[in-house]
Amino acid sequence: MIGDYSYSEFFSILAMQGFAGLILFSVFVLMALGLAIIFGQMGVINMAHGEFMILGAYVTYLCSVVVTDYVPFLFPVYFFVAMALAFAASFGLGVLVEWALIRHLYRRPLDTLLATWGLSLALQQLYRSVFGAREVGVTLPDWMMGSISLGDAIEIPINGLFVMGLTMIIAAAVYFIMFRSSWGKRVRAVVQNRVMAGAVGINTKQVDRMTFGLGCGIAGIAGSAFTMIGSTGPTAGQLYIVDTFLVVVFGGAGSLIGTIASAFTISQAQSTLEFFLSGSMAKVLTLLTVVGILMLRPQGLFSLNIRR
Amino acid sequence: MPTVGFLFSKKEWLYLAILAALLLIVLPASVDIFRLNLIGKYLTYAFVALGLVLLWGNGGILSLGQGIFFGLGGYCMAMFLKLEASTPEATKIQSTPGIPDFMDWNQVTALPFWWQPFHSFTFTLLAIILVPSVFAFIIGAAMFKRRVGGVYFAIITQAVAAILTILIIGQQGYTGGVNGITDLRTLLGWDIRTDSAKLILYFINAGLLIGVLLLAQAVRMSKFGRLLIAMRDREDRVRFSGYDVSNFKIFIFCLAAAISAIGGAMFTLQVGFMSPSFVGIVPSIEMVIFAAVGGRLSLFGAIYGALLVNAAKTTFSESFPELWLFAMGGLFIAVVMAFPFGLAGVVKDYVEPFVARRLPVLLGRGRAPQPQAAQ
Repeated sequence: MIGDYSYSEFFSILAMQGFAGLILFSVFVLMALGLAIIFGQMGVINMAHGEFMILGAYVTYLCSVVVTDYVPFLFPVYFFVAMALAFAASFGLGVLVEWALIRHLYRRPLDTLLATWGLSLALQQLYRSVFGAREVGVTLPDWMMGSISLGDAIEIPINGLFVMGLTMIIAAAVYFIMFRSSWGKRVRAVVQNRVMAGAVGINTKQVDRMTFGLGCGIAGIAGSAFTMIGSTGPTAGQLYIVDTFLVVVFGGAGSLIGTIASAFTISQAQSTLEFFLSGSMAKVLTLLTVVGILMLRPQGLFSLNIRR
Repeated sequence: MPTVGFLFSKKEWLYLAILAALLLIVLPASVDIFRLNLIGKYLTYAFVALGLVLLWGNGGILSLGQGIFFGLGGYCMAMFLKLEASTPEATKIQSTPGIPDFMDWNQVTALPFWWQPFHSFTFTLLAIILVPSVFAFIIGAAMFKRRVGGVYFAIITQAVAAILTILIIGQQGYTGGVNGITDLRTLLGWDIRTDSAKLILYFINAGLLIGVLLLAQAVRMSKFGRLLIAMRDREDRVRFSGYDVSNFKIFIFCLAAAISAIGGAMFTLQVGFMSPSFVGIVPSIEMVIFAAVGGRLSLFGAIYGALLVNAAKTTFSESFPELWLFAMGGLFIAVVMAFPFGLAGVVKDYVEPFVARRLPVLLGRGRAPQPQAAQ
């Protein structure tokens, strides 16, 4: 017996909390992957990253409304179309923002931070004006509802499984794009030595723009996935931005594996602590530990040694 | 930086006179007490902006967590006022008389030990300065000794601001939770809610602000101030010259924290409550924009920036609430993209040459070059 629980109850609670942690982990990874590309690879602080995510969420919401009203027979599979559209919208906005704002500020990282914060305020208000201040939720197709029971007390929600599967696919795709494609090689070349990369004929400006767009597009997919497990409001993005930055910094900027590892650590720590403490104290304790570790090891868990 | 005369150049003394006349004579004479109290509230943010000019403009260290120190100063003052308002006679309907009402609502039956010293006014005054300074020292020592700076420092301070907000909201029984510490009435028996008290508090606030401005200018004119600018522009060279860069950074961070805390304490006195909504990420970044709009290198600019942005915010949110965030977002982007030196830069580039042509006596001749910003 542990406290008031028997062992089997305790383990099923542990498993359920662990699974809740895995869902949180998936959302963190999806959000942090985009940020790891933009912040880790390009060194740009995009405070509007959360708003790009929310854009993806709203696009998904719009798709669900349109599909329900006009082409209901497509409803079971609309999610895949919605995700592609969410990526396209965020990618497009990202490219536009890079062209209008970011490219003028590459030498002033702190100013990028302020400018993108301004952008995030404007986008929040835009969402509020267009979609209203209330949170919206999407209707899930039937096959995503419900849960699979394992044993007596363990229930695994299907939408959670779907988000996790999606996260794995996206993470694999990002890995492939960044480390196995010639385009990724160009991105890494520009990151490591911009001048030389330009000298060997890489169009560094275009690489910057596409990289920023890709990071934003992944945020859009994250937002799309986010609608499956929670509702979306105009300011939802802001709630996650600090957590996401901490995930990226904690993992070691520039290291995708580090980002995934730190997302796993933080989300598991938080959801396990939530069982023992109140939700807010769990978050405080997790974040404090992360900040404490960052003070001891500022370069993060995994650091790349890049000669500059 | 021109070193004509004591502390300021002749031109800057003129600006100081204009500012003092505006704050101490023109505004009190021209607006009613409600608006004056509101202006007093804006001026408490100007303290934070002054700290940011030292820290960010001169030191090149961007902290996105100045709300932490504003809040800590404000909470110290609020705890003292709350204890004064919670005498056993005033709270006799509670199940535990003599403790603040929110504690009673949350089934806390005794005053926590860390509330006890706030019965003393002297202790409170010391705590307003010392608690934020010590907190800043801990953060600063941990970060700067390990040469963490720039963007990483900004993110960590932001995370600390988020942690503190969650903590205050979560520990409702000890901190008043999301509502904060409210219903503050008297300071040492003096009712701070009356119009005359508000007028006096306004003048104390404006006086303190001008005092802090002089202090900040003294810091900027000292050898330390020059080192600060050198550190911002070429940190490695200062380090190779044999200076311990991290200690200077820690000091300026603590000083900015203490200045922000004074603002927080005056905020509590004038507004009559303190809540976590002045601690978190959003207010902290807004405070940075006050300094940025005024001009990150200009102390005067910081005060005008805080006044103008807040006045605009109040006007907009009263008449066009849905436009305010667009305006604020646009302001951020415009200041960064087009006016990196803010209002002070506009004054220097356009207004001063104009005035110098028309009224050369006022400004004197030969403007000395201003230091350029970092990055």
